[in-house]
Amino acid sequence: MNVSTRHEITLTVNGKTETRTVESRTTAADFLRDDLRLTGTHLGCEHGVCGACTIIVGEASMRSCLMFAVQLDGTTITTVEGLAQNGKMTVLQESFREHHALQCGFCTAGFLTTATAFLKETPDPTADEVREALSGNICRCTGYIPIVEAVLDAARTIKAAKG
Amino acid sequence: MSSHKSHDIGAGTAPLIGRSLQRVEDARFVTGTGTFIDDMKVENMVHALVVRSPHAHARIGAIDTTELLAHPGIIDVFTTADIAEYAAEIPLRLAPLVGYERYLQRPFAVDKVLYVGDPVAVIVADSRYIAEDAQDLLMIDYEILPAVTDVHASAKNESILNEKAGTNVAFSYRVSEGDIEAAFAAADYTRKESFYCHRHSGVPLETRGMIASYDATATDHKLKVWGATKVPWFNRRALAKMLRMEEADIRFVETDVGGAFGIRGEFYPEDFLIPFATMRVKRPVKWIEDRREHLMAANHSREMECDLEIALSKDGDFLGLRGVFRADMGAYARTNGGVPPAKAAQFAPGPYRVGAVQMDVAGLMTNKTPIGTYRGPGRYEVNFFRERLLDLAAADLGISPVALRMKNLIPADMMPYTTGKLCPYEEPVQYDQGDYPGTLAKIAEAFDFDRMKAKVEACGQKNGKRQGVGLAVFVESGGAGPSETARIEVTPTGKIEVFTGVTAQGQGHETVLAQICSDGMGGVPFGDISIFHGDTDKLEWGFGTYHGRGVTVGGSAILLTARKLAAQLVAMAARRTNLGIEELELKDGAIRKKGAAPGEPPVMTLEALAASADDPAELKAVEKFAPANRTYTSGAHAAHVEVDVETGKVEVLRYLIVEDVGRCINPALVHGQAIGGAVQGIGATFLDELVYDAEGQLLTGSFADYLMATSNEFPEIEAITLETSLSTLNPLGAKGAGEGGIVGAGGALANAVSHALGPLGVNVTSLPLNPNNVLRMIRQATPRQAAE
Ligand code: FES
Ligand code: FES
Repeated sequence: MNVSTRHEITLTVNGKTETRTVESRTTAADFLRDDLRLTGTHLGCEHGVCGACTIIVGEASMRSCLMFAVQLDGTTITTVEGLAQNGKMTVLQESFREHHALQCGFCTAGFLTTATAFLKETPDPTADEVREALSGNICRCTGYIPIVEAVLDAARTIKAAKG
Repeated sequence: MSSHKSHDIGAGTAPLIGRSLQRVEDARFVTGTGTFIDDMKVENMVHALVVRSPHAHARIGAIDTTELLAHPGIIDVFTTADIAEYAAEIPLRLAPLVGYERYLQRPFAVDKVLYVGDPVAVIVADSRYIAEDAQDLLMIDYEILPAVTDVHASAKNESILNEKAGTNVAFSYRVSEGDIEAAFAAADYTRKESFYCHRHSGVPLETRGMIASYDATATDHKLKVWGATKVPWFNRRALAKMLRMEEADIRFVETDVGGAFGIRGEFYPEDFLIPFATMRVKRPVKWIEDRREHLMAANHSREMECDLEIALSKDGDFLGLRGVFRADMGAYARTNGGVPPAKAAQFAPGPYRVGAVQMDVAGLMTNKTPIGTYRGPGRYEVNFFRERLLDLAAADLGISPVALRMKNLIPADMMPYTTGKLCPYEEPVQYDQGDYPGTLAKIAEAFDFDRMKAKVEACGQKNGKRQGVGLAVFVESGGAGPSETARIEVTPTGKIEVFTGVTAQGQGHETVLAQICSDGMGGVPFGDISIFHGDTDKLEWGFGTYHGRGVTVGGSAILLTARKLAAQLVAMAARRTNLGIEELELKDGAIRKKGAAPGEPPVMTLEALAASADDPAELKAVEKFAPANRTYTSGAHAAHVEVDVETGKVEVLRYLIVEDVGRCINPALVHGQAIGGAVQGIGATFLDELVYDAEGQLLTGSFADYLMATSNEFPEIEAITLETSLSTLNPLGAKGAGEGGIVGAGGALANAVSHALGPLGVNVTSLPLNPNNVLRMIRQATPRQAAE
């Protein structure tokens, strides 16, 4: 690779500022997984359909397999590793456990990041809205029903806590 | 919509079997700290790419690697000539059907490529990016041959895949019980239909992958392979044989696995090629399959045709069933590829008492990806064929679908029930325990089937939509042998470590096996138990997970070992304390006096007991459990659908599964298996399909083309788990619980759609029921007239 295809990028990942040099063609997913060793973000298809690679960029959920690492320059992102704070799981993570919303766990990071961004925007969703919001993520194990329940239940819990 | 909420465990509340405990696995998955194979890096590691045939059928000509090897970052390339010395066939693991062994696959195609995706070379490079950049520099000449893409073309033997075998008919056999000719001669009613089940597969969300590393000077394990799953001990043996190494020189280590569904973890060409690569380049080698590769390289399943004919008396007594199966086997014999057709034939009579049965089964080779097992192999297919035919017969005879089935289901008082020898490589089948009529009665009642049926019939067509209901009843096996082993040890701090041969692909085995261990050891606290699985170094001999054996066989081995160790620890404590064995018990994680008041301090803690051991053998036990026979899970599916006759789109308004799984260790997890399996099966019935064109090119090589269920398609699914018929074949009373959710889906939905469209003259005999196919069926049908 010639030098001109390398770029320095700076971004905030899970609250920490990182500066790295990346090749222009490196995907955001590969950068997170290989360079930052944040391997919780998974790759199920690498062509934008399964949602396993979803991360939160700013406030929005995005597919890291369809982005280049250079596009992360100057952004603030959250990956599944950054959801829990100080070892305390979020309401949504707890809800996934309670509702048995995962089996093999390979899709889970993508569902958690997608649903986290969704609940910020839509704190009081209907079941149909949840299903629609998650319809871009594939899970081969659970049949989705417990995932939808987990998200709805988390929304109720968050709302109740806010009073 | 229904869901089971699981809960955290309180202390000292044995028994744990039967409780919906939260899974211990989940903590790492919800925080992104699991370790799947691609999450691992090994020092000095390089990357492999498998070069695959772009043609379905072609003779391999000259191979030129010069340009490729000159590319920066390319470390090595090897092809069939380089492995010739080791290129043994990959052995069958299951279903040794006579003749099929002629088509076994070698790690690389030899002389000819036989399907798109057939491995022809391995490139090793500094990174996967570089390997992909350079792969077009590998020059391979191909002379293209005519592709065989369906069973009829295959049977003509005009284009032969395997010239040495001289035929595309890999195997062909007949199984029968009773006098089939007499049964049909005596019948008042017979009907024959030709069915087709479409090609699809498990498609786990994580693709396959592995890391291999080799150190010839190592004294313990020269070759290490990470990423094993399903049957590591079997695969290690196969690899050792191919590489001519001692089994003990190879260590297989299981990582977290992103779903398997029968597809993943069998011995594939890559399971030889990647270890071979590491031995050549003398550096650790990683290979991660991409999705396109997965769809063309990992086992396909399900594709078969069946002409099925039923014979009934005028009262609906099931006198005879005969069938002809033509299974599309793909290009090679894979480790378990004979299972789907063999089991389809074996389970053809299903849960019914049938006077006489005769099945002709043929496996035909085609230039497509080879066939292997997918969750409920053969069962999904044959339940569709038989249950559809039963609905047709019921309609013809004017009997309700429930009544015709009820009349013929094997009654509980005839259990155990022998259906006879309907599989050439197995002993006659004996259904263990089950109340099949009870299960049907339960679903008919819970679904209010007869009333719903009358209601949708009265409703007719409204706004271009028609509704229908359908049923499918099934029986299915689990708890397959061989034996499974467990070892349990007390650690110096008084904790419990369990080593099992069972592997895990998302079922929650670390949780359920700990529940079983806790109960077997008088309520050792759940949190003190660790389960270690899938490492060939941790247990001398294990086997693995498939065919509903994780809990039934692996769990039973743990239960027996736990009981044995508990007795051993009590005896040991008796010696230390000079108390009588009969005065003591292991309870809630400590040695206590029998009948001690709650809160009374224990006689000895496990930690104290561990410290007092003279010999480490005192603190561990090993036990095996060998199932004498298989367990049989029974159940039924019921579906209520609405079909849009303009678009061909089917909406599932309600879907219900009733399944009797014997002892249920963790109800939330069993429920999860049922719902997850159902959505896979319902999705597969409408969406999933691996499509080939006439040249044998796979048209569904991405998730944009291979469609699967998503969250907003099938929300209305319920599952009822029954524990009516405990198995008598294992100490837990458990039966397989992983397949009941999927095996009835094709049948119930085909019946429901046929019911909805029956007045238009539609009779569903082939899957999938995607909008195009449904519209075609409507267009080609002749509406039934006033006689209706
Ligand atoms: S891996 Fe990015 S969408 Fe599938
Ligand atoms: S839990 Fe396995 S893919 Fe979702």
